[in-house]
Amino acid sequence: MQTTIRSILQQLNTVILGKEVPLKLALSCLLARGHLLIEDIPGVGKTTLSHALATTLGLKYSRIQFTSDLLPADILGSAVYERESGEFHFHPGPIFSQLLLADEVNRATPKTQSALLEAMEEQQVSIEGKTRPLPNPFFVIATQNPSFQIGTFPLPESQLDRFLMCIQLGYPNAAAERQLLAGNSGRERLNTLSAVITTAQLLTLQQQVSEVQCSEALLDYLQALLGFSREAPHFASGLSPRSGLGLLQAAKAWAFIEGRDYLLPEDLQQTLPYVAGHRLANPQSGEHYGGEALLKLFHEVAIP
Amino acid sequence: MIWWRKQKPAHYREEQQVAPSNGIIWLLGALLLVLIPHLLRQPGWVVTICLIILGWRLLSELNRWSLPHTVFRLTLAAALLSGTYLQYHTLNGLDAGTTLLTLMLCLKLLELRTLRDATITILLGYFLVLSGFLYDQSILSGLYLLAVVVLLTAALLVLNHPDDNREMQRSRYLKSASTLLLQALPLMLILFILVPRIPGPLWALPNSSSAGKTGLSDEMSIGDISHLADSDKVAFRVTFSGEIPAAEQLYWRGPVLWQTDGRRWSALNKNDLLNSLAAPEVAPLSEPIEYTVTLQPHHRRWLFALDLITEQPDNSVLRREFLLLSEQSVNEVYRYTTRSALNYRNDQLLMQEYERAIQLPSHRNPQTRALAQQWRQQAASDRGRVSLALDYFRQQPFYYSRTPPRLESDDPIDQFLFEAKKGFCEHYAAAFVTLMRAAGIPARVVTGYQGGEYNELGDYLLVRQSDAHAWAEVWLQGEGWVRVDPTRAIAPDRIEAFEDQYRFSETRNDALFNPDTRWMARAWLQTLRSWDAANHQWNQWVVGFNQKKQQQLFERLGMGELNISTLVGLMTLIILGFLALLSLYLLYQRQRVQDPLQQAYQTLCHQLAKCGVDNAPWIGPKQRCQQAMFKLPKQRQEIKSLFNHYIQLRYTTQQKPGEPRAFIQAVRRFRC
Repeated sequence: MQTTIRSILQQLNTVILGKEVPLKLALSCLLARGHLLIEDIPGVGKTTLSHALATTLGLKYSRIQFTSDLLPADILGSAVYERESGEFHFHPGPIFSQLLLADEVNRATPKTQSALLEAMEEQQVSIEGKTRPLPNPFFVIATQNPSFQIGTFPLPESQLDRFLMCIQLGYPNAAAERQLLAGNSGRERLNTLSAVITTAQLLTLQQQVSEVQCSEALLDYLQALLGFSREAPHFASGLSPRSGLGLLQAAKAWAFIEGRDYLLPEDLQQTLPYVAGHRLANPQSGEHYGGEALLKLFHEVAIP
Repeated sequence: MIWWRKQKPAHYREEQQVAPSNGIIWLLGALLLVLIPHLLRQPGWVVTICLIILGWRLLSELNRWSLPHTVFRLTLAAALLSGTYLQYHTLNGLDAGTTLLTLMLCLKLLELRTLRDATITILLGYFLVLSGFLYDQSILSGLYLLAVVVLLTAALLVLNHPDDNREMQRSRYLKSASTLLLQALPLMLILFILVPRIPGPLWALPNSSSAGKTGLSDEMSIGDISHLADSDKVAFRVTFSGEIPAAEQLYWRGPVLWQTDGRRWSALNKNDLLNSLAAPEVAPLSEPIEYTVTLQPHHRRWLFALDLITEQPDNSVLRREFLLLSEQSVNEVYRYTTRSALNYRNDQLLMQEYERAIQLPSHRNPQTRALAQQWRQQAASDRGRVSLALDYFRQQPFYYSRTPPRLESDDPIDQFLFEAKKGFCEHYAAAFVTLMRAAGIPARVVTGYQGGEYNELGDYLLVRQSDAHAWAEVWLQGEGWVRVDPTRAIAPDRIEAFEDQYRFSETRNDALFNPDTRWMARAWLQTLRSWDAANHQWNQWVVGFNQKKQQQLFERLGMGELNISTLVGLMTLIILGFLALLSLYLLYQRQRVQDPLQQAYQTLCHQLAKCGVDNAPWIGPKQRCQQAMFKLPKQRQEIKSLFNHYIQLRYTTQQKPGEPRAFIQAVRRFRC
């Protein structure tokens, strides 16, 4: 299995240069059966990442560009009257895919946003009295512009909570950028990619991730971390039990990618900033903590 | 790090909560043991009532009977109260108080239902344990009561763990109770050593029925006692600075009996003129010997010294008849050091003394007086008359007996000398003094102890109540008061009781046992003596730890004299320091990991920290391993395998590869 993981990462690295950690995080988020939120300025490769991920994992991919006039039906699909048959026929929306890229999700109105987010949570959509299941696996990558930009509707806390992880890509380093400018990667290469694994293999990987061993000692540490987030004065409110479960699952996926079948405290530390970052806010400013700064706060928790 | 404060739910409060059944059974068991030593001292009806109540309460708990009605309980309480009053004619005092406490504790069981009742009962139990020491302060009773306290504490634990599974954890409760008591030990020692001691007893012990149960009294009555109390109880122990004198010289002087009505002998009246006079100067004829007596409480004022005392201890009175008295009655173990000359000349005789030493009732014991008159003519000197009397005892068929026949006639001395011819020291002493007085020689009966048993282990002489003795003193012209022991004049083959052979033989131990069983007897004797030596130390350092001893201890520690306020200050300081240390230790314990694996891992981290590897508690094992390998490239392999082993043991849930012990040992070997 490790060779599979390695070749997936290898292929992704040829498309997104110099971003090993975000790529690994994105992959572990997917293996942990969670949805991913990428928060960054336009043009750092968010779309390329999701497209590459979909192709590499052999997933049916679709993309919605969110705008302020996007309606829920544009995402979910709608019943259209067909003149030949004289009947209404359901035309599924782009959400009926295995990997959905919701680009610039915070540009849409809250009504449209919540249509997407409900589908993410339920793994099914109800349209015109009929419940239709979404395909399995179903994985949403949403991108979001930093909220200080004009014309955005920031996602409320409750909806941010639907995303397992929130990562940032950031600017590439000098070497990677040079390579990019030299034309050795990018969108052109996307078309040359082929799937490394099948959907069935992906489901097996997800199964294996959930079987990663978790010792009592590690649960002690996890609980100490959760307890700290609830007690410490740095946070407006603590991590919910769902976040705790998510953190555990993400850490398992991280450990699995690292090639282990057991969890270490480091796995929690590695994934904690991305699982908790969009959930914990500074009580004074109301802003969310970024990766490293958040982890520093959790350094107060000793590993039991 | 994270604290959850739990509030006791309302239904868990003691007043409302019903005491758990197993807790009550424990409580009853513990109480029975608390009561046993008290019941042994109580009148029969108290014992019966207590046992009935205990038994009934046990049955009622097992069968879930309801408790008796309030009216019944109140009536019973009133009845028992009046019963106690009828028994002792008071509700005050040690005996009545203990009886009352015992009875009321038992009565409390009849209304014991809630946890609160049970807790109160256990606290009463502790109090009753404490009151046991008012009667008996020996090692054995201390050990017994300690065991009882463990049991009481265990009962308290059971009562407060109502949800635990019962049968399995009996030993666990006892264990935690013992641990609790052990933890209290340092505090107890601090308090024992440092609490300021008040000179004399803390409170005057009321005269209890146990008082006066010694082998001695200040009067004796010939013929009334047909059986000599033979008590093995310790009277006192003596440590000599030099050699121990021969057994026949060990006459420990007690009350002197002057007055007689022919049957009864008694000491001088309290306000007799002679009692107000100081002891005369005595010329010692041999070097005085020094010794220290540790006297067991006998609730009288008498102190015992060898004949004849030359140096009076502190806080004592020496009567003219050389009876040594302490200022208060001896209610706790009392120690004094004094000197005596074994050969002396005490030849002053006042007119008043002569009168009292020659007094005889004129109408009693005519035969005796006739015999004395006859000797008066036979011998020329007083000395000669004394010899005649001793010869008479020696030649006539006199027997020594501890169970002599009663002498019921009006002339008991006549009956003893001419009919019964059987008796113990009191008979011989009284008869001899009567004879001497009738012959015109001043004489008096001296009571006290004779001899003693040497304990090699503790290097002291042990004197028991069974060593109580009575002898005579006669005043001879030119010699003064001379001690005569008529009991010694009896022929050795006429001594009835086996033990008394022991008393009169010079070389005691060897004559005592036949050669075949001697080694066994010796071993037994040795055991007895070690036990007594332990008791001696206990008396010296525990029961007898008074102000003087306390000062001695501090002086030995080089702290000099400490007054009470310094002592209290020191005690407070030490206790506060002790508590501070304890809380620090507990804090440390909380942080420390109990798991041996974790302990070893922390040792490893500390080792690595010495070599510059970051020891922050948040760093995980993998990261630390990498840091250590970076810092100590020479030991890469060793570090890697150590950390891998640890990770395997702690973070994988499969079958552990290898014991933690291997890892622990590897950590012990690891040096960077």
